[in-house]
Parts: sequence; C-alpha cells; structure tokens
Amino acid sequence: MKLLGLSAKDTRFLLIVIFLTLATPVLLQPFPENSGLATFNAGYPDLMQRFAIFGIFAIGFNILFGLTGYLSFGHAAFLGVGSYTVVWMYKLLDYNVVWGLPLAVVTSGVFALLIGFVSLRRSGIYFSILTLAFAQMSYNLAYSVLTPITNGETGLQVYRSDAQVLLGANEPTSPHFFGLVMSKSTKLNLGDWQFTFNNGYYFTAIIAIIVFYISLRIFRSPFGLMLRAIKTNQTRLNYTGINTRPYALAAFVISGMYAGLAGGLMAAMDPLAGAERMQWTASGEVVLMVILGGAGTLMGPILGAGFIKYFENIFSKINDQILQGWFAWMPDWLSGLLIEISHFFVGKSWHLTLGLLFMLVVIFLPGGLVEAGQRIARLFKKKPPEDKDPGHHPQPAPHVAE
Amino acid sequence: MDAIILQILNGLDKGSAYALIALGLTLIFGTLGVVNFAHGALFMIGAFVAVTVQRLLGLSFEQIDPDKTDFLGNPLKVKMTYVESWFGPEVGGTIVDWSVPVAVIIAIPIMLLVGYVMERGLIKHFYKRPHADQILVTFGLAIVLQELIKYFYGANPIQTPAPSVFKGSFDFGVLVGFDPNAIIYPYWRLVYFAFAAVVLGGVFAFLRYTTFGMVVRAGMADRETVGLLGINIDKRFTIMFGLAAAVAGIAGVMYTPILSPNYHMGMDFLVLSFVVVVVGGMGSLPGAVAAGFLLGILQSFASMNEIKSLIPGIDQVIIYLVAIIILLTRPRGLLGRAGVMED
Repeated sequence: MKLLGLSAKDTRFLLIVIFLTLATPVLLQPFPENSGLATFNAGYPDLMQRFAIFGIFAIGFNILFGLTGYLSFGHAAFLGVGSYTVVWMYKLLDYNVVWGLPLAVVTSGVFALLIGFVSLRRSGIYFSILTLAFAQMSYNLAYSVLTPITNGETGLQVYRSDAQVLLGANEPTSPHFFGLVMSKSTKLNLGDWQFTFNNGYYFTAIIAIIVFYISLRIFRSPFGLMLRAIKTNQTRLNYTGINTRPYALAAFVISGMYAGLAGGLMAAMDPLAGAERMQWTASGEVVLMVILGGAGTLMGPILGAGFIKYFENIFSKINDQILQGWFAWMPDWLSGLLIEISHFFVGKSWHLTLGLLFMLVVIFLPGGLVEAGQRIARLFKKKPPEDKDPGHHPQPAPHVAE
Repeated sequence: MDAIILQILNGLDKGSAYALIALGLTLIFGTLGVVNFAHGALFMIGAFVAVTVQRLLGLSFEQIDPDKTDFLGNPLKVKMTYVESWFGPEVGGTIVDWSVPVAVIIAIPIMLLVGYVMERGLIKHFYKRPHADQILVTFGLAIVLQELIKYFYGANPIQTPAPSVFKGSFDFGVLVGFDPNAIIYPYWRLVYFAFAAVVLGGVFAFLRYTTFGMVVRAGMADRETVGLLGINIDKRFTIMFGLAAAVAGIAGVMYTPILSPNYHMGMDFLVLSFVVVVVGGMGSLPGAVAAGFLLGILQSFASMNEIKSLIPGIDQVIIYLVAIIILLTRPRGLLGRAGVMED
C-alpha cells in the first residue's frame, strides 16, 4: 500500500506512528486506577501534551542536528519566540489558536533565518558557540530590556484589560480551536481503568503527525540527501562546486520553525510564556532528547522526547512513601539502604539519572534507543539455534589439572 | 576618569575568573584536542571544596567553661571548634577565619586527582571521537556533577566569608591621587586579581621554563613527532589535564567570598568561558587570558548607567555581541594561530 507519495515501507511506518499517537491515551494507561503501579501511568493530558510538543521540537531539531550534522545549542530561543507570539495573539485578537500558531511558525522562521544566516558562516564548535550566544542574548534581553514585550520575570499572560478585539460574547476564555477548548477532556471508565481523551492532546497529536509526515518526506527527498551529504563531508561537496550554505540554512530555518510551532503549542495548552523557556539548558534538553533517541533516525527524536518526559515525570513523583511501599517486603536495614541509594536518582535528583543515562548512551550507544532497539531486534530475528556457532562464545578455559 | 578606573577594577575580578577557567579550557583543548564542557563543573567543585573546608574547620563540640556562669548561676556551656582546642584559641581562630586560603591548599591535590580520574576514566576514550561527542559526554558529566553537588549541599547559595582582614573595602582613589571616596574597591577582589595573576604567571612560567613544559609545548605543536622521540606524551598530557582542573578548582575556591557558591555556578561560568576561549582564539593560551580580562572589563563598562541609558540592555548582551563579531570577522580569534580550528 502506498500513500501520499511514500514507499510501501514508509506508509506502514507512518500508519504505525499514527496509530500509536492516537491510541496514546489508552496505551499509556496500562494499570488500573487504584493499583500500586498507577504511578507509572502516563495517560493524563498534561504529560501527553508534553510528549507531543517535545516530540515536535525534537523532530525539528533532528533535521538540523541528525541529518545535517550541525549541533545547535540555541534552539530554545525559537521555542520562546513561538510561545510569545501565540500569547500576543491571545492578547490582541482572541483565544483562538488559529491566529497564533501559523504566526508563531512564521516569526520563529524569520528569527531562524537571521540567526542561521550569521551562525552558518562557521561550522563545528564555532557554530555551537554562535547559536548559544544568540540564544543567551535573546534570553537575557527577554528578561531585561524587552520587558514591554515579554513581561520580564512575571512571564507573558493575558489580562482582562487586554484588547482581544475578536473575542465574541460566548467564546471560551481559554485557548481553543474554533470552539474546541484545549483543556476539556472526555473521561471513559472501563472497570478499574480510567482513560482521559483530551482535546488539547488530540490537537497537538494531529499536528505532530502532520509534521512527522513532513519530516519523513524531507528524509526521503533529494533535499534530505543533500543534507546527509553535508553531514558526511561538507568539504567534498564544496569541491564539487555545490554551495552547501543554502541547504544548511534551509535545514536551520525548518528546524527553527518546528521549534516555534512547539513553543506555540506550549502556549496553546497553557496561555503563558516565560523567558526561562529560552535558557540554554532548555536547548540542552532537546539535544539530550535527540541523542538519547537516536540522532538522524526518524523515530529517535520522538522516542527520546517521550522517554525523557516520561521518566522526568515518573521519577520526580516517586517519594519515600512509594519507595517504602515497594521495599516493604525486605528486611528493614536493606530497605533503608535501598531507599537511601534511591534518593540519588529519584525525586528532585532526577537530573542525575538523566545525566548518567545520557553519558552512558553517548559512550556505549551512539545510535541511541533506536540502535538499542535494532540490536535487540537483530538478536530475535536471527536467533541462533543452540549449537549453530559453538566457537562464537569463548569456552571456559580447561582446568590446568585436566 | 575615576569612573573609568573604577570600571576597569570592577572588571578585573570577573575577568580573572574568566581568564583562569579559559586558560584551563585552552590547555585541555591544546594538549588533548578535547572540548571540555565539564570545566565549569570543576570550577564549581573547587568552590564547594572551600565550603567543605569551612564546615570541617567549623566543627565544634560543647564544653563547660568553669570561669563563666549564665544568669542563673549554672556553669556555662560554650561551643569550641576542634581546631581551636588543638591549636589554642589564637592560632585556631586564625585558621578558622582563613578557611578560604586554607581550602586553596587542600583543593590543589583534590583537583589534581579529580582531573586525573576524569581524564583516565572518561576523556581518554574520546580523543578520536568527533568534537560533538566530546561536548555531549562532558555536558552529561557536568549535569551529573552539578546534581551530586546539589544533592549534598542543597540548592541554596552558601556563604563563605573571606578572612576578616580582607573584609570591607578601601579607598583606591586616594592611593593614585583622586578625591577620597571616588574609587572604593573591596579588598578581596584585589586579592583575587593578585592571586589570578600569580597563578597565570606560574602556569606560563611552568610551560616556558621547565623541561616538562617544553615537552608539553612541543607536544601541542606536533604530538606525533614528540611521541616518535620516545617521550610518553600521553602521560604528560594527562598531568596537564590535572593541572587545568587544579587551576579551575582554585579559581573557584578563591571566588567563593565574591559569589556564594551554588550548584549552577559552574554552568553559568562555563558558557561565558567558552565564549572567552573562542574570542581569544581556540588553542591560544595568551589569547584566552587576554580575552578573559578584556571581556570582564567590557562587561563592567557596559553595566555603567551612562552606557546603559545610551544603549539599553547592552550589559546583558555585550559579551555575546563581541563573540559574534569576532567569530564572523576573525574566526581564529584575537590571538589564535592561523589554521587551528578555523573552518
């Protein structure tokens, strides 16, 4: 089966992604509501929205980093620009996200064009430093001089005194899409299970599917091939007479637009925008997501974003009570010890786990989760019969006395 | 005129810290070819060595003072630090008071060890990997170190006072013939600058006038040839990594009275120090130092009210602005050699 100009394999892939995305509220809710494992459920709106939003952010970043090989440390700036744009549209027009989101994509695209045009004059670490410098500049300015636009430390939000010229009498007073209110959910109870179908999640999910499809097309297009060539050997491309900069700039702008869209969606879920979204640690986070999932692969960024956001949420929720519940069957001294050790990794210390995990991935698994999946899949596919390759595993050395 | 001198002085202490961190970064890059994003974390570890030393010296026990009684007539319990009980109140009190300088002495072996372990345990395996991988793995390490510090010391800044001799400010203006109160400058900042100058001079002298330093410089220029001459250059480079870590560490120790240590100070300084390295020229030691002071002073000029009212927000962006201009017009940096990372 071929759809939308994709090969049969990609169509299948896209359909799987669509299914997984749409079924997320059910799939991520595997444990009954009152069971001890309910902590691990992730099927509530706020978290699922974050999956989709950061998925979009990471997909876009992957086009620049994974495909083209430029490591930007400043993409959070575009995220912030997107958020601010959408909130400004709320303030000026009304709560319908249809005005803000396209504009967020456009403004972040313009920003990306300017920053990219300058930054791409250099490559390698210089490029990273330049993007970092630009992002930190935007961050610092958003906090200080640009306060009339960004509302400084308080963050930009909608006040009653704002113009909102399009606001009708019966219009919802929170973000909506032609009357579809983002924060509304439908709950479905099946036995002990409770599933929440949230408007906002489905809105972001459908956008995520569309942008995933776009990135799939970019990956398979001649343009994508050119980006890959830039990553592999830019010098050689230059010698063959190809000017690589327009291609790299295009990749930069596209990824900036993705980031702007993600930022806009953040404001669409929660009508707020703050400068801390632009800080360089936020840029670092998307780098972590892409690397952890697998840079340069299609699925990697989504997996990485989901993985980090899921564990961030779960790990920071685990507290002493829950730990005691788990270790209750052990002798006291052992459970006490285990709880002490766990303190390093859960709760507020979740970033330690993330940092360690990230280091391990960079060291041992440069391909990220996708590579891990492929390795496991290979293990299962060609599962060798017991005696097929006896020499493969080292035999225990014969004992000296034998 | 006095305002200008004041701003230059104000820029010196920050500039010294940038210069010390940037020097270490450059040493590591020049010797091992590794971009170390965990260098700010080393600065932070140094600062927390100072905190630890201060706490250890402050450990005390309760003792009944036979000579004194409280208002009910009961014998008074007084707290006494162990150091005071060992060395007597005179000497002991001085040691407690001088906890920051004491911490410098303790920090040097600790940081050498930390640097050595880091290089042998992690960085060694990343010589041949692309710069992006080096950045990423050291970035991960920086997160881990930062979180460990946060776990043990909490998220709030911890005050670490300077020795009481150096508390307060003095009137620098009178010394050079200005009106009194024109240039008021805290003592400790001057101490920090002098300290930085000594350390920088020491490192440069070490590289220039010792055989070890000569071999290291030769290795920076042409590693392979030095290796072919039968010199174990790797071992020397590892020691240089330890040295760079020690420089960053003691820079952090001495900075604690100026900025109360918190767990994210490493990251804050790292970003700026990287900008400093790039402005100075990747791999150029004098460049790193010059750019450190230059940017520190520029930053303090930009935060003058006169300039801020002229160009609003300039104090927030000046460093990045300079970096962008330098990178675009002179990619090798101010004092960088031609051809080093110049693409």
